[in-house]
Amino acid sequence: MSPEHIIEQAKRAFAIAKKDIRIYYAKGPVVIFGLFMPLFLFLAFAAGNRGLSMPFLISGLLAMTVFFTATAVSPVIQPWEAQARTLERLIACPITMKTLIAGDMFASVLFGIGIAIVPLGIGLILGIIPIHPLLLIAGIILASICFSSLGLLLSTPATNVPSNIMMLSSLLKFPLIFISGVFIPVEQLPFVGQVLAVCSPLTYFTDIARYCIMGTNTFPLPVNFAALTVFSVLFTALAVRLHARTVSRRI
Amino acid sequence: MKEADHHQDAIIATNLRKTFADIVAVDSISFSVKRGEIFGLLGPNGAGKTTTARMLTGVISPDGGNAAIFGYDIVHTPIRAKQRCGVVPETANAYSDLSAWQNLMLMGELYGVPKHYAEERAKTLLGALGLLERKDQKVQGFSKGMKQRLILAMALLHEPDLLFLDEPTSGLDVQSTQLITGMLRELNDGGTTIFLTTHNMEEANRLCNRVAIMRKGEIAAIDSPERLKMAIERLHTIEVSFDPAGTDDKLASLPGIKSARREGDKWMITTEDVDSTIHAICAFGVEHQLKIEVLRTLAPTLDEAFLRVTEGGSYEP
Repeated sequence: MSPEHIIEQAKRAFAIAKKDIRIYYAKGPVVIFGLFMPLFLFLAFAAGNRGLSMPFLISGLLAMTVFFTATAVSPVIQPWEAQARTLERLIACPITMKTLIAGDMFASVLFGIGIAIVPLGIGLILGIIPIHPLLLIAGIILASICFSSLGLLLSTPATNVPSNIMMLSSLLKFPLIFISGVFIPVEQLPFVGQVLAVCSPLTYFTDIARYCIMGTNTFPLPVNFAALTVFSVLFTALAVRLHARTVSRRI
Repeated sequence: MKEADHHQDAIIATNLRKTFADIVAVDSISFSVKRGEIFGLLGPNGAGKTTTARMLTGVISPDGGNAAIFGYDIVHTPIRAKQRCGVVPETANAYSDLSAWQNLMLMGELYGVPKHYAEERAKTLLGALGLLERKDQKVQGFSKGMKQRLILAMALLHEPDLLFLDEPTSGLDVQSTQLITGMLRELNDGGTTIFLTTHNMEEANRLCNRVAIMRKGEIAAIDSPERLKMAIERLHTIEVSFDPAGTDDKLASLPGIKSARREGDKWMITTEDVDSTIHAICAFGVEHQLKIEVLRTLAPTLDEAFLRVTEGGSYEP
């Protein structure tokens, strides 16, 4: 089979994902930003609860955890690779930029999906059982893809210092938490907040999680899935294009 | 893993150019490397060697010109071109959080090598490079020499037809250097084309069939090491001593000899034509019943040739 064939490139993307999982999942910043950060934010908000129901909080925790986790790994892989001087070796291999991005994204998606078990498990312990589990699984997968592609888009600046990208990504991620209906329902946001909420991919996954856990939603379900799909395609296309442009400056 | 083709040239670079902001790193260079050749790219720091190697390996895109690897354009068909190459970059590392074995298996997967074949090949390479006993250890505990040997093994796992090495023995211990240069010779004997960038003149002199010397982004000279050394110096020196030693000054009047001076029991002869002068000296010895004890040409070293060319000296092949 030709090395350019899509199946051959898919196998190589899987090899990259396997490598990422082996190397990067246990890294400190990934665990801190991906797992502990949303958990502490949730505890802080739960402690100051203004009468919001536990299913509301658990669906918010789920959205926040998947968001933080999927965007924790993907932005820092390439700066780490550049810093460790492994990126040049990787780029010299017979793989396309799409393959490289797909591999990093796949690892990040798996991490996002896997971590969703933690908030769902907390919910189950508290007696909160999803009403639409299959839709929720589909939402988690799509959201992980979308957030991973966002993470890869955030890593396009040509820096070899992972903390620079972490800083940039935190600058975007924290405001998104507050305008996406995670802690405050979108309907209760001021008009400007509601306009911004429409621009955030996290809003649509939070809405899917609310529907699947509580049975209530702000936007129609097809709109939520369509929005996440559009964001995923847009972020991925931009990430591939920008990484191809900036990768030589990292080496 | 080998792909059959009929290209006689492993590399053809035509007007290859790369600029970084206002700096011209590589200035429209053209050259070719024949299949089965060991080709050395020499030059001082900043001459453009690594940039050239990176363009040829598809790591960075040229701003102008083109390069073909076994006929595959590195910009338009990079996957096919890269599939034929093994690369040992100057500053690259193996993954330090993975074991030597995991690093090799990763390369196998990235080059589409079947798993059972990759395992066999990895064992052979690790054995040949003295790393088999350390195969399951994480690379972070390896010495620089061991890491470099592992990177070479990673580059060879898919049996490339063309091997790029950027300063492969820089800063290594003697054992690692000898292992690597020995393996390069074996590979070349087996038909692998080798493209080497190096500062090490002795290494280039011993290994390369041809070398190119880069200066300020341009190729200042390209030839075999011997011809390069001879061509930069128009007058060559021949040292000769006879038995009995008391040869008269008739030696200086032989055809082709520019000057001859006695230094102790030896004669130092300068000439433009080494070949005819040696023949004349031998005939002189026979005619005067003199036994030649020492006869050697004192050609400039590759270091001298390199310095002459990189300092702006002229070179005429």
